Amino acid sequence: MADQYPILILLFPLFAAVCVALAGTKSDRFCLPITLVGLGGSLLFAILTQGQAVANGPVEYFLGGWDTSDGKPLGIGIQYIVDPINGLVLVLIPLIGLITAIFSADRISEETNDKVALFYSLYLLMLTGLMGMAITADAFNLYVLLEVSSLTGYALVAMGTHRRAAPAAFNYVIMGTIGATFYLLGVGYLYLKTGSLNMGDIKEILVEKNLHGSQAVNVAFIMILVGVLVKMAFFPLHAWLPNAYCFGPSTTACVVAPLVTKVSVYIMVRMMLSVFGIEYVYSLPWADTVVWLAVVGIIGGSVMALSEPDLKRMLTWLIVAEVGYMVGGAWLVNEKGMIGTVYHVISDAAMTSCLFLAVTILISKSGSSKIESLTGAFQKYPLTMTAFLVGAFSMIGIPPTAGFFSKYYLIRGGLEAGHYAYVIALLISSLVNAIVFFRIIEVAFFGKLSDDDHGHHDHHEPVAQDEAPWFKLAPLVFMAICVVAVGLYNAELAELIGRGLEQIGGWR
Amino acid sequence: MIETSYLPLAACLASLVAVLPISLSGSRPNVREAFTFLAGFAKLFFVCSMLTGVVEGKVYEFTLCNILPNAPLQFRVDTFGMFFALVASSLWIVTSLYSIGYMRGLKEHAQTRFFSFFAVALSATIGVAFSANLLTLYVFYELLSLSTYPLVTHHQDKEARGGGRTYLTYLLGTSVGFALPALIFIAWKTGGAMDFSAAGMLAGKIDGPEGTVLLLLLVFGFAKGGLMPFHSWLPGAMVAPTPVSALLHAVAVVKVGVFCILRVITGVFGVEFLQELGAVNIITGVAAFTVVTSSLIALTQDNLKRRLAFSTIGQLSYIILGASLLTRSGMTGSFMHIAMHAFGKITLFFCAGAIFEATGRKYISQLNGIGKAMPYTMTAFAIGAMSVIGLPLTGGLISKFYLVYGTVEGQQYWMTAVYLISSLLNAAYFFPLIFRAFFTKEPDPAFDDGVKEAHPACVAALMFTAVCSVVLFFFPGPFFQLADLTAQTMFGL
Repeated sequence: MADQYPILILLFPLFAAVCVALAGTKSDRFCLPITLVGLGGSLLFAILTQGQAVANGPVEYFLGGWDTSDGKPLGIGIQYIVDPINGLVLVLIPLIGLITAIFSADRISEETNDKVALFYSLYLLMLTGLMGMAITADAFNLYVLLEVSSLTGYALVAMGTHRRAAPAAFNYVIMGTIGATFYLLGVGYLYLKTGSLNMGDIKEILVEKNLHGSQAVNVAFIMILVGVLVKMAFFPLHAWLPNAYCFGPSTTACVVAPLVTKVSVYIMVRMMLSVFGIEYVYSLPWADTVVWLAVVGIIGGSVMALSEPDLKRMLTWLIVAEVGYMVGGAWLVNEKGMIGTVYHVISDAAMTSCLFLAVTILISKSGSSKIESLTGAFQKYPLTMTAFLVGAFSMIGIPPTAGFFSKYYLIRGGLEAGHYAYVIALLISSLVNAIVFFRIIEVAFFGKLSDDDHGHHDHHEPVAQDEAPWFKLAPLVFMAICVVAVGLYNAELAELIGRGLEQIGGWR
Repeated sequence: MIETSYLPLAACLASLVAVLPISLSGSRPNVREAFTFLAGFAKLFFVCSMLTGVVEGKVYEFTLCNILPNAPLQFRVDTFGMFFALVASSLWIVTSLYSIGYMRGLKEHAQTRFFSFFAVALSATIGVAFSANLLTLYVFYELLSLSTYPLVTHHQDKEARGGGRTYLTYLLGTSVGFALPALIFIAWKTGGAMDFSAAGMLAGKIDGPEGTVLLLLLVFGFAKGGLMPFHSWLPGAMVAPTPVSALLHAVAVVKVGVFCILRVITGVFGVEFLQELGAVNIITGVAAFTVVTSSLIALTQDNLKRRLAFSTIGQLSYIILGASLLTRSGMTGSFMHIAMHAFGKITLFFCAGAIFEATGRKYISQLNGIGKAMPYTMTAFAIGAMSVIGLPLTGGLISKFYLVYGTVEGQQYWMTAVYLISSLLNAAYFFPLIFRAFFTKEPDPAFDDGVKEAHPACVAALMFTAVCSVVLFFFPGPFFQLADLTAQTMFGL
């Protein structure tokens, strides 16, 4: 049984998706419970597999028994590998999926024009795709799962009732497809040169046949990189993201915002470390250029966030800036930067989820997504605002939240690499985030101010509390606690990530 | 002699734990204030219970958790931390008494929030005092900035919003922009370890130019110390209710800034290494400039609290200047001045608040003849002012004596002149006010109908701190002992 855990991570949500679709033909009542079972099972086995990977090193699994033991070549069968790093991502995906499903239990039918069963079915499929992308060790299989998660993602955005949901989804389809095509082309080039699709296999063949100097391999790497950069909304390629996340159903935003860009970043790290190998990647003459692009992305995303009056759109711009953090960290050419990137994948997922959940509550309560509509929010929703504060502090980088420590590792990587522009961009972005969030906190704390208001005695009418129901608050508070916990356990996490990097990348 | 003990943790958490009962008993103010006092006395008890041990040379240590590789969240109580914790925790109790009078007298709104965040701020202060390493210090420093924001903006009007913006912009801007990169750079150079040590944790690990940049980043990064040009947050923070200005912006917050800077000088770089480095002269220069300039600005302020704020900026730089001379007497004087200035300045703020509470007046030009209506308050004000100026029979003389002695010891006679000129300026901005209160020829008729003091709790508090300022002249007691011991350790004696 124990050796079947890796596949069970995927099978649970996959079958749950089918069951939800079938059950939906009878009644919508069973959709949520089945979804929860599917994701809960997935989470359980992800944790168990991660436990194995941490204890005994990477866990390998061959689909359909296509292993190498009886002489079959490695490149044909599909292989799954769980190492400590993608194990973390694998735990993260069903966890946030589960949290969001509970959180939005009452909103689905309203947000999707009563397509409850369809929504949950696609939701599960998308998460299956994302987990598949993280777990697979087969470059082509990764493409397939990328498309599974993307196509379902487009549909999940398009389901929104907002007038602009469909155009936003269309834009997303175009950009997403271009990205996926680039990736596929890259894999094609690789297959031509190496004759294999298995990541570990490709890496070995590239070294064996001394293919690192080959132009075709260079082009393959660039294509794959551009493909994932589009998928993760790296700065000049980000245009699809804000609309897709704002106009789709809020549940979609709550799950894709923390996960999709982060999984794409992980794929980039995976490609760099376990397909092309760091020796090759870091000897590329344009490695430094990528960091500079990241600097531009960080500043660009921050400035756009600063000029944005809409709460949710502002958060989407921050995601664009955070993608810049992670890409920059990965290309700093040192271990601290790479640890920072992987750590930030975890912490950014936690804090983005926390912020999106909080903002979803605030928007549905006040009926508007403008920042000004938050007046007096501290009195009306103290708990929601506290959780929002935790997320905001993490985005700013105030200890002991997770965001502080990811910045710590990234800045340290930047200093060690001597890349001061990147360090300064991170600091500027922290300060911009501070302004962005304190603008919101001010509105929520001060309420409306009239010009002649100089007194300070009891004319502040006490406002009745109007918190969201428990099944919304509990997931939100849980994510807020996660943000702090990821911060407090950063030493252990960083150590684990460092060990994982050694195992998959053979770090110096 | 290092001893692992829960006492530092208990001292730090005493007020943080009290936040829960304080916020739950919001509808019963008397119960709520009882919890504040309970926490205050508990905190003082925990701090005092380590006092004898620390004086005898014991070091109490407690490791909370391992937060970054090699840099745990750790408390360590040495003589210097003890000194500061003693000042902050004893004055918190007095301020709590004063707050009750002030907040109830003015029927302020959101008093529960006020007392809750006050307690959080005190935990952060003690956390800074007992920090064993730079990371712990930074964590509590940020906690203090954030937890005092709702206190500064308590009135929730336009003015408060403006003051709050300046407050956070300066404090977060400098700590994130300067102190954080310096901290990470240090972590890289030392492999993560950031423990303070008298020998200087950076000694021998970095070279000259790096050291200069780091020193400047750290000293300006802790902008709570009020060094120019990053001082504007302090006058801005005067929009807060007076108890906040009194404890936080005359004692806890600003002294945390100074404390951090002194820790940087004595614990991060170490006296010997700084003497080699030479960069410390820049700090001396900036501090001397701040001392004189802020005193001159204070002369021009008509708003009483703003005048006190600029006076505070100058006095903070006294402390930084004294330490930056790297002489033993200067160092002792600067530690002593943390305590002496605290008692003097808190008295002055208490008085300013009492005047506002009783008469609603904020401007010095409105105080003609107020000595008749508020004799106790104004007498206390005179004592506080004398202590800040450094006149005999008040504690201020002792610290000023050591500070000036330090400049002579270091043969920096320009700095002797700075201290003396600044003392004259201090007198120039305080005495006219005292004169106006008692001896003016045209008293305001509003003050004619007999004695009308503020809420008794306010008067009791301000009388107490005024008496303390005098008592400290005769019995500097544990404060002097701790300051002297600290200076001894710094110079490796």
